[in-house]
Amino acid sequence: MTNKQKWIAFITIVRREIHRFLRIWPQTLLPPVITIVLYFVIFGKLIGSRIGEMSGLPYIQFVAPGLIMMSVITNSYSNVVSSFFGSKFQRNIEELLVSPVPSWIILAGYVVGGMSRGLGVGLIVTVLSLYFADFSVHSVPITIGIVLMTSLMFSLAGLINAVFARNFDDISIIPTFVLTPLTYLGGVFYSIDLLGEFWGKVSMVNPVLYMVNAFRYGIAGISDIDIVWAFVMVALFSTILFAAALYLLEKGSRLRS
Amino acid sequence: MQPALVIEQLSKTYQDNFQALKGISLTVQQGDFFALLGPNGAGKSTTIGIICSLVLKTSGSVSIFGCDIDTDFSQAKQLVGVVPQEFNFNQFEKPVDILINQAGYYGIPRDIAIGRAEKYLRQLGLWDKREVPSRTLSGGMKRRLMIARALMHEPKLLVLDEPTAGVDIELRRSMWDFLRQINATGTTIILTTHYLEEAESLCRNVAIIDHGQIVKNTSIRELLLQLNKELFVLDIREQLSDCPEIEGYPLTLVDAHTLEVEVEKSQSINALFAALSEKGIHVLSMRNKTNRLEELFFDMVAKNLTGESHD
Repeated sequence: MTNKQKWIAFITIVRREIHRFLRIWPQTLLPPVITIVLYFVIFGKLIGSRIGEMSGLPYIQFVAPGLIMMSVITNSYSNVVSSFFGSKFQRNIEELLVSPVPSWIILAGYVVGGMSRGLGVGLIVTVLSLYFADFSVHSVPITIGIVLMTSLMFSLAGLINAVFARNFDDISIIPTFVLTPLTYLGGVFYSIDLLGEFWGKVSMVNPVLYMVNAFRYGIAGISDIDIVWAFVMVALFSTILFAAALYLLEKGSRLRS
Repeated sequence: MQPALVIEQLSKTYQDNFQALKGISLTVQQGDFFALLGPNGAGKSTTIGIICSLVLKTSGSVSIFGCDIDTDFSQAKQLVGVVPQEFNFNQFEKPVDILINQAGYYGIPRDIAIGRAEKYLRQLGLWDKREVPSRTLSGGMKRRLMIARALMHEPKLLVLDEPTAGVDIELRRSMWDFLRQINATGTTIILTTHYLEEAESLCRNVAIIDHGQIVKNTSIRELLLQLNKELFVLDIREQLSDCPEIEGYPLTLVDAHTLEVEVEKSQSINALFAALSEKGIHVLSMRNKTNRLEELFFDMVAKNLTGESHD
């Protein structure tokens, strides 16, 4: 394929992916928005007003970056995992497998589709959060950089999950038993200073902690961890996941018999 | 002239150690209408799966118009269009979107893809259904949609895996006409089918595959020449109460106006007509009752089971 043909193939996959989640917006866009609004009302307004400050910030301003990041993570992941597994289940993934599209274009197309939903929902939640909390952006490059990398990383993770999945249970196990605990224990609702030395160190193996703190730093200028280290960790995880996803597609694991 | 498809010593052993193909070799010439026949589990779909890269071969080689599927991966795929046996499109998408997206995967610009989608949807009688969710299409419409999809990048080789399975006879014949038109424009077609009448009607050459081996690879004409006996039905003007007896021609009285007769290839039908005329019996019309290819197919598959050779 020429570079122009590859570009057309890439745009086709991205357009199809965006069209898919827009077509079923009551399943893809509405629920995360409602969930996050409830978080803001309950943790921000009702409980938050009794908690007071966390790391020197009003509680609602402390949780807002984490809640935005949570929506980016879950939506990036779930878009790719459900779309790719759906294609496997209905076998229309074969449309791509019989075509001359290189594996890396397929990967890029699905990942950009997942990032589009993750960032789109993140943007909606950010706009809504302005209703509940006043905050300004401390560093635009850090905020945008970390949110893009986070969305990329979880889109890649979603694709790997979908490649291995054999049934619909397999695409809900990781989000339920891995992603949700990592997110809740990733410093969205609390500072890791509260955990004490031991659990604080245990939390350092949680990649979500780096993302949430880097994003919080970008918005509010505070973080429990070193920002450079956070970017390095997210870049490292993304590189590993990218290599793994590309390997699986090239090899045709669970796609070609 | 470069063959459309060359398969050499192709083998496939699945993970459960089932050997689906045992070193088959096959050549399909450009412009051919080729039938790949065989009973269920013979290896037809595996062969097609390898040609379109949905199945990974264990050994051997496949080249499409001279492009090896391993070394000229991209070029080889541009040359092939495949219509699988099972429905494999997104049931929630609209037919027109399915076609335009498929063209996009081959790098075809959207404006060209829109024009082609209209052309093939109209030719296959799906234009009125272009905007409905594809899950609402009938079985026959879904099959035609998959044919349209396979043609979007205008492949030089079209591979159809039982394209008319479950399709009513009227629709099947209209699909045959469409495939004949596609073939007449120079597209090489490989077809697997369970309807042997379909292969006899459409195809010029045939390979019969059984237990992962090619048991016969020849022209349909050559194959049919191997048939020794044919069964003819004769419509008689007179009302018959008893079955006439004519030496060398075993006749059966079906009803008062119908006779059946088994004729060997070496026998003359004129002699039969003459003998019937002498008895005052006039034949109004005659038709061949034998499903000729089916007879041969069963014969070859049965022989393959008993280990006889076929040359």
